Amino acid sequence: MASPISAGSSGTRKIAIMIAGRIGLAFVTLFLVSLIVFAISDLLPGDAAQEALGQSATPAQVAALRHEMGLDRPAHVRFGGWITGLAGGDAGTSLVANMPVGEIISQRLPNSLLLAAFTALVSVPLALSIGIASAMNRGGRLDRALNIATLSMVALPEFLVATLAVLIFSVHLRWLPSISMVPEDAGWGEMFQSFAMPVGALTVVVVAQMARMTRAAVVDQLDRPYVEMALLKGLSRRAIIVSHVLPNAVGPIVNAMALSMSYLLGGAIIVETIFNYPGLASLMVNAVTSRDMPLLQACAMIFCSVYLLLMLIADVVAILANPRLRTA
Amino acid sequence: MTPVSALRWTRRLPLSGRVGLFFVLFWALAALVGPLLAPYPIGAFVDQNVFSGASGQFLLGTDYLGRDVLSRVLLAARYTIGLGTGAALLACLCGTGLALTAVVSPAWLDELLSRFMDTLISIPSKILALVMVAAFGSSLWLLLLIAGITYIPGNYRIARALAVNLNQLDFVAVARARGEGRFYIAVREILPNMIHPLLTDLGLRFVFIVLLLSALSFLGLGVQPPAADLGSLVRENISGIAEGAPALIVPALAIATLTVGVNLLIDALPRGGRRG
Amino acid sequence: MTPAHVTVAGLTIEAQTDDGSTLVIVDDVSFSIEKGQVLALIGESGSGKTTIALSLLGHVRPGARIVGGSVRLGDQEITALDMAQLRSLRGNRIAYVAQSAAAAFNPSRTVMDQVIEPALAHRIMQRPAAQAKAVALFGALGLPNPGKIGERYPHQLSGGQLQRLMAAMALITGPELIIFDEPTTALDVTTQIGVLQAFRSAVRDLGTTAVYVSHDLAVVAQMADHIVVLNKGRIREAGTTDQILHAPRDDYTRTLMAAARPVPTTGPAESDTARPLLQVDGLTAGYGKVDARGVPAIPVLHDLSFSLQRGEILGVIGESGSGKSTLARAIAGLLPPARGAVRLDGRTLPPGLAGRCRDQFRQIQIVFQNADVALNPAHSVGEILRRPLAFYHGLRGTAADARVAELLDRTRLPGTLADRRCTDLSGGQKQRVNLARALAAGPDLILCDEVTSALDTVVGAAILDLLAELRQELGIAMMFISHDISTVRAICDDVMVLYAGHAVDQGPRSAYAAPPSHPYTDMLIASVPEMRTDWLPDGAGALALPPIGGIDDSAALCSFLPRCPSRITGRCDRAFPPHRQLLSGNAILCHLEEHELRGSRQHAEAR
Repeated sequence: MASPISAGSSGTRKIAIMIAGRIGLAFVTLFLVSLIVFAISDLLPGDAAQEALGQSATPAQVAALRHEMGLDRPAHVRFGGWITGLAGGDAGTSLVANMPVGEIISQRLPNSLLLAAFTALVSVPLALSIGIASAMNRGGRLDRALNIATLSMVALPEFLVATLAVLIFSVHLRWLPSISMVPEDAGWGEMFQSFAMPVGALTVVVVAQMARMTRAAVVDQLDRPYVEMALLKGLSRRAIIVSHVLPNAVGPIVNAMALSMSYLLGGAIIVETIFNYPGLASLMVNAVTSRDMPLLQACAMIFCSVYLLLMLIADVVAILANPRLRTA
Repeated sequence: MTPVSALRWTRRLPLSGRVGLFFVLFWALAALVGPLLAPYPIGAFVDQNVFSGASGQFLLGTDYLGRDVLSRVLLAARYTIGLGTGAALLACLCGTGLALTAVVSPAWLDELLSRFMDTLISIPSKILALVMVAAFGSSLWLLLLIAGITYIPGNYRIARALAVNLNQLDFVAVARARGEGRFYIAVREILPNMIHPLLTDLGLRFVFIVLLLSALSFLGLGVQPPAADLGSLVRENISGIAEGAPALIVPALAIATLTVGVNLLIDALPRGGRRG
Repeated sequence: MTPAHVTVAGLTIEAQTDDGSTLVIVDDVSFSIEKGQVLALIGESGSGKTTIALSLLGHVRPGARIVGGSVRLGDQEITALDMAQLRSLRGNRIAYVAQSAAAAFNPSRTVMDQVIEPALAHRIMQRPAAQAKAVALFGALGLPNPGKIGERYPHQLSGGQLQRLMAAMALITGPELIIFDEPTTALDVTTQIGVLQAFRSAVRDLGTTAVYVSHDLAVVAQMADHIVVLNKGRIREAGTTDQILHAPRDDYTRTLMAAARPVPTTGPAESDTARPLLQVDGLTAGYGKVDARGVPAIPVLHDLSFSLQRGEILGVIGESGSGKSTLARAIAGLLPPARGAVRLDGRTLPPGLAGRCRDQFRQIQIVFQNADVALNPAHSVGEILRRPLAFYHGLRGTAADARVAELLDRTRLPGTLADRRCTDLSGGQKQRVNLARALAAGPDLILCDEVTSALDTVVGAAILDLLAELRQELGIAMMFISHDISTVRAICDDVMVLYAGHAVDQGPRSAYAAPPSHPYTDMLIASVPEMRTDWLPDGAGALALPPIGGIDDSAALCSFLPRCPSRITGRCDRAFPPHRQLLSGNAILCHLEEHELRGSRQHAEAR
C-alpha cells in the first residue's frame, strides 16, 4: 500500500476544513428536512385535538384541548418549540400512548440498531465478494448469472421474501419461529433463531443493490488506462484488483454501502411488521395508523438523521481516500 | 415500428430480456383487458370454503372470504399497474422538467432547486411516503400523487446530472453563441440526448413505485377496500400462510414477475442506442 | 548474420465491430529489429500501429484477437505463451511506455510505488535496491529533485515529468525491449523536446531495443534507425530513417511528408486599414469573482489588445493553459470579459450573450476543436445546417434545402450527407459540417479553436486548405487558434503568441521568419522538430537556465521568467516587462533590448 507521504499540515488542515464543511452541511440539511417533515405532518386537514376527543366533543372542549396541546399557536412558533425540544431530546408526548415519545423510542431503538448491525455484518462482506467477483469476471458466465440474480432480487417485494421465508422455514421445515421476539436472557442459539429470518430477509433485500453498485464502481476503474498499464507491467489480476483498483474504488464502494444501508431503513418496515419485530420501523407504521403525529415526526427524524449520518460517513471516507484531496 | 422490425428487435434481445419482455407484455395486457376476462364478479362470494386450492372451477383457488382469486388478481393488477404508471410518469415529467429548468437557469435558481431536492432525497422514500399518507390520507389520487412526489427527487438528480454534462458540451456552446434562447437549448439541444437514459429511469421509477405502493397496501396504508391492488390482496390473505394458500402466493408472485420483468427488460435494452 | 532480436511475421489481428462483424485491423504485417536498434511504427489513426505495438507484449485490447502470424522475441514465440508466461515477460524483459502518462499512473499511489512495482512483482530486486535504482534513473532522465520526486502523487506532477517517470518505470527492470506508444503526443512542443532527449539518451546508453509508435515523422526522425509506415493495418513502406525521409518510395509516405509541412498561403491584397472588423482593447477575462480593479479571482487572459481586418486571418498560438480558447469564448460572449472592450465593425459589443442582437450573433461564429462534441448527435447534418439558416435568415423549405446543398458543396461534402447523423461521419467530415454550420450564418468572422488538432495530419491539412479558400473567396476574417506554430505561420497574416494569458509577442507573419522575437517565441519555434535526423541535440533534456536571484513574490513579473533562457538578474526579477516594438514589426512583452534578443533563438537551438 501507499507509503506514508509528506502530507503537510496545510493538507491536513484543508481536509479538516472540508470535513467540517460536510458536517455543517449535514446539519443544515437535517434542519431543512425537519422543516419539510413538520410542514407535511402539520398540514393535516383535521387536527389532533378534534381527533382525540371524537365527534361528540363540544367546541369548547376542543378549544381547551387545542390550547393545552399548543395547537392554537402560529405554525412557526410550534415548529420552533418542536425543533428545540428535539434538539434537547424532548420529542413531545405520544397522543395515543400518552407517554413521552422519547421513552417509547428508547425502548425500540436498540432493537432496530441490533437488526441493522446483524444485517450489515452479513450483507456487506457478501455484497463485496459478489460485486468484486462479478467485476473481475466481466462479461463472463458468472458475471451474467450474478447480473440476472441481483437484478431480479432488487425488484423483489420485501413481503414476498419474508412470506416465502416463513412458509419454508417455519411452516414446512419448522426450523425457526415465525415471529421474532428477543427474550431478555437469550442465549446464542435463541438469538440466532430469532434473528435468522429477519436478517436473512433484509439481507436479500439489500445485498443485491450493494453488489451491483460495488460491481459498477470496480468496473468503472477497470476501464482506466492505469489498469492496462498494470497488466502490461506483468501484474496478476489479483494484484491489479487489490493494489490498483480497490484503492481507487473505495469512495464509490463505501457510498454504495451507505446508500444500501439507508435503504435498509425502508426495507425494515415490512420485515419488522411481518416478523412482529419490536423495532423502530414497525413503531412508525403504528404511528401512521393511529395518526400519532409527535411519534411519527420523531421516528421520521431518526430515520432521516441515520440517512444523513451514513451519507456523511461515505463522504468523509471518499475525501480521506482521495489523494488529490489528502495531499492538496 | 412494423411487426417485422419489432420481431427482429425482440430477437436481438438476450434471453433474460425476452423473459422480461414477456412478463411486461403479459401484465400490460392483463391490466388493459384482464377484468373483462375475469370468470367471476369481483366481489362475489363464490365458494363455501375459504383458501381453497387451485381447481377446475377456481383456477387459482379462493381467498379468505371464498372469492375467486383469479378475478381479484386481474382487477388488482389494473390498480397496481395503473397507479404505478401514472406515478412514474408524474415523477419523471416533473423531475426532468425541473432538472432542465435548473440547468439552463441562472445559478441561484439551480442552487435553490437542487438544495430543495437534496433535502427531499435525504428523507428515505418509504418514510416520506408514510409521513404523507399519515398527513393526507390514502385515496387513489392521493396515493398517485404521493408516490409520484416521493420519486421526483431521484429522477431530478439523474436528469440534472445528464443535463449538466450535456450543457457543457460544445454543441450547446455553439447554440448559445448563435443566440438561441434557454427554452430552445433545453428542449432541442439537451433533451433529445437524454431520452434513452430517461426511459430507463422511467422503468426503474415504475419498479420502485410498484414496490412502494404494494408495501403501503400490505401495511394497510395504501389502496383501501373495496378497491384492492396486489399488495392489498397479500395483506388480506396473510392468514392463509399456514396453508400456503394460492390466494397469498399468487398476488405476491404477480408483483414479483411484474417488477422483475421490467428490470430484466430494461437491463437487456441496448445501451445508449447509438455509438459514442 | 545474427538473427534479429524481434521478428514479426505475417501478423494479422481482427476486431469485432459494434454491429458484430469482424474487421481486419492489422493485415499481414512483417518486420524485424536488430538488437539495440530503434524501429518506428508510423501512421495515422486506424493504421494499427498501437495494436501492433501491444501485440509485442502479447496483449490485445478487448474485442480484438490475433488470428495469424508470429511475434518472436529472440527465440521465444510470444503468441504461443499462456497468461503466466506472459506475466513473467511483461514489465520484465519487455516494457511499455503509454501515451498518456497522466492516465496511465494510478492516481491514488505514489509514483515511486508504481515505478518500482515491476521490479518487485518479478522479484528482481528488493525494495531498497529498487528505490535506489529508481532514483538513479530519475536523475538520468533529467527529473528535478530525483531523491524526493518519488514521494509525490501523479496529480502533483506535470505531463512531461510523468512521461519521464513512466520511462523510469519501463527501465527499472533493465528490459531488452521497450515499447514507446506515442509517448510525447499529449505534451506541449516545448516540453516534448526535453522528453525526447531523455528517452533517446536512455535507450542509447543501455543499448536497449525499442519500438517507437508515433504519427509524427519529424519526431520519429530523431528517435529511430528504421521506419515502418502503416496505413489501415498494412505496411506501405519500410526502410531506414534516412531512406524514408529523403527518398520515400510510396505515395502515401509522400502524402504524409507533404501534410506535415504546410505550404504557406498568401493573403488577400492589403485591405484598407480604415476600420478594423474586430478590435479588442485591454481584454481581461477569467473565472470567479471580479475584484474592484476588474481582475477576476482566477484570471486567464491579461490585458489583451489587438485588431483584425476584414478577410484577414489572425493566428493565436500558445501551449495548453495559455488561455487561447478562453479568448475565443470571451469574444463570442460565452465568457463575459471582466474588463476591456470588444468592438465589431466599430460598435462595442455587449460583454456577455445577453444584450447582443441577432445580427451581432450572426457576424461572429465559433468552430470548436472537437467536432464529436460540437455537433449534436441527436440531429441530422441537414437539421444542423438548417437551424442557422432559419434562425438568422428565415430560410425554410426548399430554399433552405437548396442552401444546405450549396453549403455541403462549398465544404466539399457529398450532398447525400444531409440526411445522415453526424455520428456516422469521419472526423474530417464532421469538422467540415462544423465549418458549414458557421458558414450558414453568413458570418464576417469565424473563431477557429484548434480546428485541426484532433485530426490526422493529412485530413487536417485539407481542412487548412479549405479555410484558406473560404477566406480567399468569401472574404471571411478568421481567428485561428492553435498550439502548432508551423500551421499558424502557414495560414495566418498576423500572429499573436500567448503565454499564461499574456500576449508576449504580436506581429505580422513575416516578423516571425527570422530572429529576434520574444524568448518564448524563439523557444517555441526551436522546439518544433524538423525532418532531419540530426535536429535533436544530445543530452538528458534537463534545462540549464541562467540563475536568477531571489524572486520577489509580491510583484507582478514577466510570466515567462521561470522558464526563460535569456533572463537577466536585476532586470527581469524586478518589475513587469514593458511593451517593446522591434524593427521587424513585432511588439513583444520583454525587458530585453532588441540587440540582447538577437542571439536568443540560436541559444535555444543550441540547447
